[in-house]
Amino acid sequence: MSNRTLYQKLVDSHTVSSIDEQNVLLYVDLHLMNEYTSPQAFAALEAKQRPVRRPRQQLAVVSHIIPTHAETPRVIRDAASLLQADNLARNCRRAGIRLLAANDPLQGIEHIVAPELGLIRPGMVVLCGDSHTTTYGALGALGFGIGTSEVEHVLATQTLVYRLAKTMRIVIDGDLPFGTASKDLILWVISRIGAQGARGYAVEFSGSTIATLSAEARMTICNMTVEAGARAALIAPDATTFDYVRRHAGSLDDAAWGTALADWRELVSDRDAAFDAEYRFEAREIAPFVTWGTSPDQAIAVDAAVPDEAAQATPEAAAALRRALDYMGLASDRPLAGTPVGRVFIGSCTNGRIEDLRIVAALARGRRVAPQVRAMVVPGSGSVRRQAEAEGLAAILTEAGFEWREPGCSMCLAMNDDVLADGERCASTTNRNFEGRQGRGGRTHLMSPAMAAAAALTGRITDVRTLEPHHD
Amino acid sequence: MTKLTFIEGSAAPLPLDNLDTDQIMPKQFLRIIDKAGLSDGLLYDLRFDAGGVPRADCVLNQARYRGVRILIGGANFGCGSSREHAVWGLQQYGFAAVIAPSFAEIFYSNAMNNRLLLVQLERAEVNQLLALSAAPEGGAAVLQIDIGQQKVFTPTGQVFSFPLGARHKRMVIDGMDTVDLTLAALPEIEAFERAHFTRRPWAAVM
Repeated sequence: MSNRTLYQKLVDSHTVSSIDEQNVLLYVDLHLMNEYTSPQAFAALEAKQRPVRRPRQQLAVVSHIIPTHAETPRVIRDAASLLQADNLARNCRRAGIRLLAANDPLQGIEHIVAPELGLIRPGMVVLCGDSHTTTYGALGALGFGIGTSEVEHVLATQTLVYRLAKTMRIVIDGDLPFGTASKDLILWVISRIGAQGARGYAVEFSGSTIATLSAEARMTICNMTVEAGARAALIAPDATTFDYVRRHAGSLDDAAWGTALADWRELVSDRDAAFDAEYRFEAREIAPFVTWGTSPDQAIAVDAAVPDEAAQATPEAAAALRRALDYMGLASDRPLAGTPVGRVFIGSCTNGRIEDLRIVAALARGRRVAPQVRAMVVPGSGSVRRQAEAEGLAAILTEAGFEWREPGCSMCLAMNDDVLADGERCASTTNRNFEGRQGRGGRTHLMSPAMAAAAALTGRITDVRTLEPHHD
Repeated sequence: MTKLTFIEGSAAPLPLDNLDTDQIMPKQFLRIIDKAGLSDGLLYDLRFDAGGVPRADCVLNQARYRGVRILIGGANFGCGSSREHAVWGLQQYGFAAVIAPSFAEIFYSNAMNNRLLLVQLERAEVNQLLALSAAPEGGAAVLQIDIGQQKVFTPTGQVFSFPLGARHKRMVIDGMDTVDLTLAALPEIEAFERAHFTRRPWAAVM
């Protein structure tokens, strides 16, 4: 067994039994839940009088529907949303499941909260009824999103009937160029391989570029790999990972830590492991990237022109381009930089971590949000919010004219009251630029926190590399 | 459960690649704790304008597609969010099958768990069905799908084969209480669990 991929090792170590050639019964170490994809699963269990089998391997968070206005205590005024929050509380109470409710100091987005509480460790299998569960691959854990029927199955059995994925390796070497970050890297990768380029695959990222990134920066990459259709994203754990986990997992004592490290060091793809597909990229080709269309793979370097309708290979491709441009209110073959934005959103499970907020604050310090722009900063969790306040970031952002808000998913998917109006254009650090995602008719441009900050400060899509440096 | 072996019905064309589940079931219909009302929300922004008036340019609002049971879509159908509400909404609207060149992964599992048949065909084959279903004369094209044989039959005499894994085939045809089946192996899960956490104590996080 010296030719296994990291993915195969994670699956093997969690295989209760083989069901057939395609499917295994996969053991689930930790299952996370939110208020909108779990209710029907709990209801189905209740109808069949089935208990939650392992309540202490579940964690629930109110994340998607919660308003993010800065008010204490937080109140959910929308009746339907309140019912979802109350229903989650009831379900958790009955089953004995830990819940981070609206006013819990640790509340936040599940994919921000779980790693910072030390609940995500290399070698685990972690599932959630949310597609961005791929985030946990950044720490060497197998994470992926499931539907509500599968949530029910996990609650009842602590396992999942799991269809095996194919394996893909994406190797990226070299230093990230000035002005770029892991968000640019993943937008660039998705634009290269396409919105279904990794469909059916568990993707392992490696190479010197990945090795130099922080654990949080890696989370941004693995989080968005699902936008290329991937079933999972993985990065082999290394010293960076171990350091992150050590800082966050307070419950591991020295003896447990020794065992853990010995196990985790085995979590690499063997040298002779074969992947079903492989890409190699050079980081020097990466630039600040921005989406121009309505699919995450419709992204270009900020100094490039929107694709040319006349240059499309097929009439279908030209029609798809036209549809996206019409929705976005953009012209074919014209520069994207300089396009005015009315809204800026900084947050989400992709870019709502402390490192993201540090980048934004560093650019915002001593500057002002452009007068016609409404710019919101929504920290990914209560812990991120408090840390940003302690570090003085919140004061800098507020001083610059950013709204400093309470944690949640917020305008990433606009299930709460943070919604774009028809035709409003938004520079957003989130993960999806789908039609209507941030509000009907809303026009979303995905970009890095630095690029979103530049858009907020200039009122238009701006190459962050051209911002005048601070003169201290 | 009732067996589902054969689907016959008219088909509507919706040739959009990367049609995501946000579009299939928009956010405002997700604020529920049951599965009610999702038929109203299906493809809402495509079916209705901002004032809630049906859009004439949407095939689902056209008389000849009334009672449609099969949707013909583009590649990577159902990408994005894991929301199973998208599958529930398609079924509540009346769809028994979706035909497309490819399907997103989580959507595929969700569909199988609800017995919504997903028929993956070559792009050229899908294009033929799109042309057939979009032809302006007469009513919508009626397709027949034999799930056991894994074949689609057109009124013009064409036959297209599609893949369907053995387990998924059983799930669609017979319906399966997968939780019951798994719980039958509970002793095996318990034994695995004990060994797993003894061997990997760091995986017990709470």
